[in-house]
Amino acid sequence: MDLLYFAWVRESVGTGHEQVDPPAHVATVADLIAWLAGRSPGHAEALGEPARLRAAIDQRFVPLDTPLGAAREVAIFPPVTGG
Amino acid sequence: MIRVSVQPAPIDLATEIAGVEAHGAGGIATFTGSVRGDDGVTRLTLEHYPGMTEAALCGIAEDAFARWGLLAVTIVHRVGPMVPGDRIVFVGTAATHRAAALESCAFLIDRLKTDAPFWKKEERGTDIRWVAARESDTAAAGRWG
Repeated sequence: MDLLYFAWVRESVGTGHEQVDPPAHVATVADLIAWLAGRSPGHAEALGEPARLRAAIDQRFVPLDTPLGAAREVAIFPPVTGG
Repeated sequence: MIRVSVQPAPIDLATEIAGVEAHGAGGIATFTGSVRGDDGVTRLTLEHYPGMTEAALCGIAEDAFARWGLLAVTIVHRVGPMVPGDRIVFVGTAATHRAAALESCAFLIDRLKTDAPFWKKEERGTDIRWVAARESDTAAAGRWG
């Protein structure tokens, strides 16, 4: 699975892109965030407060309780601030 | 016709307005957003999600096109580093009559703020921080149903 990070999530994790193969118990985006938070201190800093995060699966916004299903690309980022 | 561009280059208003006008409408409405310089910001950097951002902008443009029966929609959003006074975003709509042009233009800028993945980072000298999302933007986008 391809992971993309943006804005301060990317800066804290230390990269904008990584590939992971989550274990079977990781069923939803929220599960994925909790699992990823254990990968490094940077991940923990970026992903430790899921209420501050938003996500997209295969380039569509989704709530964090969405099942990952056959997701190929998951993006994790702060609430958007364009315009 | 729908035109969407996410670009590091400056936004050329004359070119963009002419592009919207070329569709023979009776009413043209435009909105331009620029970098505010009144609160000490020295630099603003816009990050986006290549692919998803363009698709999201096309999606809201198509919504407006169908809802107001428009003749043309243009959305241009700048990304990368900018300074106060630079244009960040341009929205232009063309319709047979003014109400559809004005309403759809307001709809597009409200929706763009909540439905398209962009992130702003502000610099005030050496103080650098990511901008937090605003509840008022969510409320503004919600009024369109």
